[in-house]
Amino acid sequence: MTAEGKTASFQLDGATVPFEPGQTVIQAALAAGHYIPHLCYHPEFKPHGSCRVCTVEVDGRTVASCTLQAQDGMEVLSQSDRLRKEHQTLVQMLFVEGNHFCPSCEQSGNCRLQAVAYDLDIMSAELDHLFPNRPVDASHPEILLEFNRCILCELCVRASAEVDGKNVFALSGRGITKHLIVNAESGRLADTDIAVTDKAMEVCPVGVILRKGVGFRVPIGERRFDRQPISAQAREDAPRRPTTGNEDST
Amino acid sequence: MGTHAELEAIVDRYSGESTALLQILREAQEIEGWLPPATLTCLARLLEMPRARVEGVAGFYSFLHIERAGRYRVLFSDNITDRMAGNSELLDRFCNSLWLERGKTSEDGLALVDTTSCTGMCDQGPAMLVNGWAIPQLTPARVDEVAELIRSHTPVEDWPAALFQIEDNIHRSDMLLDASLEPGAAIRAAATSGPLATLEAIQCSNLRGRGGAGFATGLKWQSCRNATGDMHYVVCNADEGEPGTFKDRVLLTRYADLVFEGMTVCAFVIGARKGFLYLRGEYRHLLAPLQEVLARRRSDGLLGNDICGQPGFEFDIDIHLGAGAYICGEESALIESLEGRRGIPRNRPPYPVTHGYLQQPTTVNNVETFCAAALIALRGGEWYAGIGTGKSTGTKVLSVSGDCVRPGIYEYPFGVTVRQVLEDCGAQRTQAVQISGPSGTCIDATEFERRIAFEDLPTAGAFMVFDESRDIFEVASNFVHFFAHESCGFCTPCRVGTTLLRNVIDKLHKGKGSQHDLNQIFKLSRLLQSASHCGLGHTACNPLLDTIKRFRPAYERRLESLEFEPAFDLDGALERARAMTGRDDAGAHLRTDE
Amino acid sequence: MNDAAQPKVRVATTSLAGCFGCHMSFLDIDERLFELLERIEFDRSPFTDIKHCGPCDVGLIEGGICNADNVHVLREFRKNCKILVAVGACAVNGGLPAQRNHIDLGECLEEVYVTEISLAKGCIPNDPELPLPLDKVHPLHEVVKIDYFLPGCPPTADAIWKFLTDLLAGRTPHLGHGLIHYD
Repeated sequence: MTAEGKTASFQLDGATVPFEPGQTVIQAALAAGHYIPHLCYHPEFKPHGSCRVCTVEVDGRTVASCTLQAQDGMEVLSQSDRLRKEHQTLVQMLFVEGNHFCPSCEQSGNCRLQAVAYDLDIMSAELDHLFPNRPVDASHPEILLEFNRCILCELCVRASAEVDGKNVFALSGRGITKHLIVNAESGRLADTDIAVTDKAMEVCPVGVILRKGVGFRVPIGERRFDRQPISAQAREDAPRRPTTGNEDST
Repeated sequence: MGTHAELEAIVDRYSGESTALLQILREAQEIEGWLPPATLTCLARLLEMPRARVEGVAGFYSFLHIERAGRYRVLFSDNITDRMAGNSELLDRFCNSLWLERGKTSEDGLALVDTTSCTGMCDQGPAMLVNGWAIPQLTPARVDEVAELIRSHTPVEDWPAALFQIEDNIHRSDMLLDASLEPGAAIRAAATSGPLATLEAIQCSNLRGRGGAGFATGLKWQSCRNATGDMHYVVCNADEGEPGTFKDRVLLTRYADLVFEGMTVCAFVIGARKGFLYLRGEYRHLLAPLQEVLARRRSDGLLGNDICGQPGFEFDIDIHLGAGAYICGEESALIESLEGRRGIPRNRPPYPVTHGYLQQPTTVNNVETFCAAALIALRGGEWYAGIGTGKSTGTKVLSVSGDCVRPGIYEYPFGVTVRQVLEDCGAQRTQAVQISGPSGTCIDATEFERRIAFEDLPTAGAFMVFDESRDIFEVASNFVHFFAHESCGFCTPCRVGTTLLRNVIDKLHKGKGSQHDLNQIFKLSRLLQSASHCGLGHTACNPLLDTIKRFRPAYERRLESLEFEPAFDLDGALERARAMTGRDDAGAHLRTDE
Repeated sequence: MNDAAQPKVRVATTSLAGCFGCHMSFLDIDERLFELLERIEFDRSPFTDIKHCGPCDVGLIEGGICNADNVHVLREFRKNCKILVAVGACAVNGGLPAQRNHIDLGECLEEVYVTEISLAKGCIPNDPELPLPLDKVHPLHEVVKIDYFLPGCPPTADAIWKFLTDLLAGRTPHLGHGLIHYD
């Protein structure tokens, strides 16, 4: 509410978006059903602004909408040709940085990276692939870590630390060598205290942290983003109170 | 690994504080020259921190090794000025002499030889770091000497002192470098006039931050003073990582009292009791002398309790040594590093003046800014405002290097022309000057009348000169590699973009580029400028854009065609198969001109 | 568009480091093939068995670049086709063959021809007739300029149909939700 008592709001691509004090632009937009592409943002966690896919334009400045505090009367642009091209290139960068071989990935159809790319009409990564060497960690009896697909969003790091209280994951390295590590001297997931019921198990936007033995259960055509494009599911990502781990994991 | 007792002693020395993690890791590494997995586990237990976090921090900093790195870690400074002075040949000579492969620890665990970003010895390069200790003025003879010392397993502390002799090379001084301040004079002046009047003097002086961005110092101090918090902090940013910059090295060598004086004045104004000097790891050699200065100041009553006899004025300074991360020069990344974390720039707002070190109000200023502040406290804001130009008051200390007769330190009132500096340093047939390092601006001979000032050419101090014999493409290429190496990796555009730019520039370097590649440079640059998280990403493409604009033929002559060339060397990609099959027939090659 | 006097659009197709799955999917457009053949004619293609490409309007390439021969064929297509399209996951990003990219080629050849029981009787074949493999498998756009991309493993018949009808009608091909997919 503003001082005059009316609901505070900003303009997003010409639409009026109301917001509650403390909300960032993307939080308010998603709560109101307006989609802004995003990957490292998660409705239950404090935004941290690393993927930059939610970049918007405010007063000629480009900023990540997930960390931008909403202000009354603000004019935000998320859909200009220029921004769309930037969103595309950012997503393409994530594709060439890792090894994303969708046909063999059990998260295909439920993967946010893929869904965001579909929604941006990305037909190819276009950039030159880096083809990094990232061995998988299959040491854990119930969980597989497929690092080739990691987009370094830190959601598992945040979930494990903030919700599970375990710190199973962290980031090491720097720049292009930055990578996900696990909390064990051996470097093996099997030697950590991760559990399949952990929150960290359910936040990966791509297909890095996988429960063994349950992949490919949902047939093609019925997976989350087969049904509707991600842009039509904005409200699903409206900010919400954090829940603890995988209550419905079966 | 180091024994449990050794590690425990280190952790105890830092009172088991997790904020000291970087310092603890640095000292733990001294034991074996690297940080074995068991050492990280042990430190994590002692500090009651998640092991993965300890490893994450260790893996972030260039000077910390989580893989076996050898008893001697030899890093050749690889700034363009080192290149111009022949560091590549010296590195090869050194590797050959020790039978080592660059970047690989020798089988016997004796040594690791590699390159590192600019070590701040551009006025006396080429330079190297051996186990963190700087050795400047490398020549074939000196390199051979170092190799021999390593071959004979001589401990670095027993090496001849002459190897580590570093010159100050001050060639022009003005009011700052000429100031001979009696220690405590500025503090006493501030104490006499009171914090508000001192703040007013800083504001009236129009002093602007000397780190390059030029934020008004008075406004920063005022905001910090007015911010509420349990503790206020003063931080001196001596993480002088911008390639080509070395003036803080000299200020800290010769004018340490002035720096600490300025920090103490700041503490007095904002109400801080604790200060940090964040010293870049490359200046390890300055740690002990600086600590001696601090000790002397404590015993002289210039630090500690009731400073200068002012009841209740309590302030002290700790030195925090960095470990090879350019990004920590960004003030919020510096604070993260001070807190014992990976040096990742924070989201702003909130700014450090309200939420800095440990989320408390914190003033972060450059070394030179604190020096100027001390002088202002002593001589008044109006005196200072009368020097320089309207928008850029006072003087600027420049670090001049590259193609000139007298590289070194030059202090000028703001407003000096580039031409004047070139004349004074004895530069001839100058083709280009890189102002303020890779993140700054590259100007050509048509622009030498431009002035060093915030309103024209703002600078953090670097002034690298390139004469007509230089290939400007090599300059840009060196800087592009620098940014790719120093990107913290937090945000997508900078992490991936700086690497893609590096790959494009390498392709051009081999003469394999096309117009398509130049277009890629522009496309990636636009994205970096627009979408990056911090200044590193925003400025990483400056050297490319500046030099393509001013020295386009340096790029064009490296193009193979105007259309499109493969992303990789096709014939080179068959090399492995040729070796495996022993074939060398025509079909075993791919020509580029088909 | 149905003007009979209009010359047919000449199309060439090939499969490089691919599995012919994209060609099979092409054939899956079923009876729409007749409609398509009113508009196009094939040059070099597995459908025609023409061995070399002549001047064409459109080249459809399935598969990535894994050896020297792939490079020669790709260059032939680029030289002859006004519009070159990367069809399917392998052409677009290397796909399945690129899964060998993290393995050293030498080790790969050793494993296939030396360590494992094979027809080559324990040695790596060196017949000049055989194309040499590249150290890594690359998508097409890293070797020549590609004008359009049609992802999918394979792209569905409907996606191929939509893509081609857009292209033939002079529209920028657009797949949209349901047709665009990478798996």
